[in-house]
Amino acid sequence: MDEKLLMKGNEALAEGAVRAGCRFFSGYPITPQNEVPEYLSWRLPEVGGTFIQAESEVAAINMLYGASACGARVMTSSSGPGISLKQEGISYISGANLPIFYANVMRGGPGLGNIAPSQGDYFQATRGGGHGDYRVIVYAPNSVSEMGNFPKRCYDLAEKYRIATMVLTDGLLGQMMEPIEFDFEPVDPAKLPEKDWALGNAEGRERRVIRSYDLRPGYLEKMTLKLAEKYKEIEEKEVKFEAVQVEDAEILLVAYGTSSRISKSALMLGRKEGIKIGLLRPITLWPFPSKIISDLSERIKKILTVEMSLGQLVEDVKLAVEGKAKVYLHGRPSGGIPTGEEVLEVIKKIMKS
Amino acid sequence: MEKKVFERTKGLTEILMRYCPGCGHGVVHRLVGEVMEELGITNRTIGIAPVGCSVFADEYFNCDMIQPAHGRGPAVATGIKRVRPDCIVFSYQGDGDLASIGMAETIHAAARGERITIIFVNNAIYGMTGGQMAPTTLLGMKSTTTPFGRDPRVAGYPIKVCELLATLEAPAYLARVSVHKPANVLKAKKAIKKAFQVQMNDQGFSLVEILSQCPTDWFVTPLQGIDFVEKMMIPFFPLGEYKTIEGKKETVKPEPKKVLETV
Ligand SMILES: Cc1ncc(C[n+]2csc(CCOP(=O)(O)OP(=O)(O)O)c2C)c(N)n1
Ligand code: SF4
Repeated sequence: MDEKLLMKGNEALAEGAVRAGCRFFSGYPITPQNEVPEYLSWRLPEVGGTFIQAESEVAAINMLYGASACGARVMTSSSGPGISLKQEGISYISGANLPIFYANVMRGGPGLGNIAPSQGDYFQATRGGGHGDYRVIVYAPNSVSEMGNFPKRCYDLAEKYRIATMVLTDGLLGQMMEPIEFDFEPVDPAKLPEKDWALGNAEGRERRVIRSYDLRPGYLEKMTLKLAEKYKEIEEKEVKFEAVQVEDAEILLVAYGTSSRISKSALMLGRKEGIKIGLLRPITLWPFPSKIISDLSERIKKILTVEMSLGQLVEDVKLAVEGKAKVYLHGRPSGGIPTGEEVLEVIKKIMKS
Repeated sequence: MEKKVFERTKGLTEILMRYCPGCGHGVVHRLVGEVMEELGITNRTIGIAPVGCSVFADEYFNCDMIQPAHGRGPAVATGIKRVRPDCIVFSYQGDGDLASIGMAETIHAAARGERITIIFVNNAIYGMTGGQMAPTTLLGMKSTTTPFGRDPRVAGYPIKVCELLATLEAPAYLARVSVHKPANVLKAKKAIKKAFQVQMNDQGFSLVEILSQCPTDWFVTPLQGIDFVEKMMIPFFPLGEYKTIEGKKETVKPEPKKVLETV
């Protein structure tokens, strides 16, 4: 535990996953997440795990489907274009109630886009992303330290609820170096509770079947309503957020990941000038911290979302606010990165309006 | 005294199969079931059902089963085998599943030499979706999307999977058989057994392609279906073994103990 390390965000993510018990990774190279598979290609064999460079993201996620069905703690990672391909498998995995962990180190889109940091995959992450009615738990770190420590949270939730979990981050957090301290003891996967649904040797038990389909009329609806119960419980119990100086705030910033750091610097600059700025940072993007935002909007009448996308997070904020406050957007898509000064200018304009 | 001469194999469940009359899938299921039983591996086998007419294979095979996306069987099998090298893993797939949408997964699992067995049912048509052209549909053959017969100028040529995979280094066993006549059924069973044994002996990747009848979507009677396999399919898809190896192939080799300890 105690040791302080200096790591790149992507490496922290990979090391954090291994310490959290990950023993199977399959993925396909894409910038800006290549440090993850590169790191795991030597690190996983060290702990007796499996690393596979798959022929495509489609294959990678389906390898995860198989490995997870056998009870292993599994991981894949990619960036937007690859995550799009993985949506097929993520939908099947969600329908089949399997626990997996994956990361999207976002780059600029749409299309091939660019390799600059971006947050354009918010909708894709928080709305399920593939076909059908399902949700994925989404953690959004804003430091290398959180990059390393969130995989553990994700695995625990993934197995508790038998659900897909992900870290949604971007190229900036993936590439930068910061000190990190792991806040948990390394997990020995052999000591985890036995999974009474996992495939394997059927000696002495009923055979098990894992599937995401039911063609009998009415049955699939029941299956999906079961998913809904699980999602409801998660929405009630698993919301995480950070609130900064909201007590006396007259304007509230809402931002996650990289843009929450930028927003924090705008907050500090503005406070120096006497502008009462607060910040609400969703740590889980789904489940979304709607309640706290709704509560704050009773009192704070100006809310500004800051995001590195055209206006995606802002929709969830508006849904939470339900018209009780005015919601503004400062969005920079496709690799545009706002600065603290830039955000402060926007804040000043809003305060004058 | 009455003597029992025939019984249901314990490799299959009691559930009644819902295949059309004259369909080859049921025969292939039975052969795989018998082979699992005879090799004593039913309990430690994990099967993968395809998307296709045999999507319900997860109800029929009497072992642990998983049902993945269309064509992804070999990738799912890879994930399973790497985590459970002590288990026998097979992926059951149709021609659309394996040679069209899942071709990349098929070739790469074979090229890596994954220690899995693929049961590939080639009926030259998309059965489940109602008879569209498959990657194995013969030239001139009618389907609902080649209503005038497959024309190579429009739809290209059918793919010979065994021949294609035989160009790769890693596969340990590749064979093409059929189930249209009793003698062929017996040979098919031998090949399927050998494919599973290759996996049990840790020799490498194995695949058995089985030419199979789909009278429904060929729009013929079951008897005509048998004729079609004999006269049209076999000349284009010659039966036989396309690759066999002695000993073991140096390919991916999960270490059973280590991986298991950590699961
Ligand atoms: C991604 C995706 N595309 C298309 C389908 C529709 N589909 C279901 S089965 C099938 C073809 C099955 O044909 P084949 O693999 O030859 O098996 P058969 O039914 O002949 O046994 C198709 C196209 C699907 N389920 N998923
Ligand atoms: S449609 Fe063809 S492949 Fe499908 S069950 Fe009927 S005969 Fe068999």
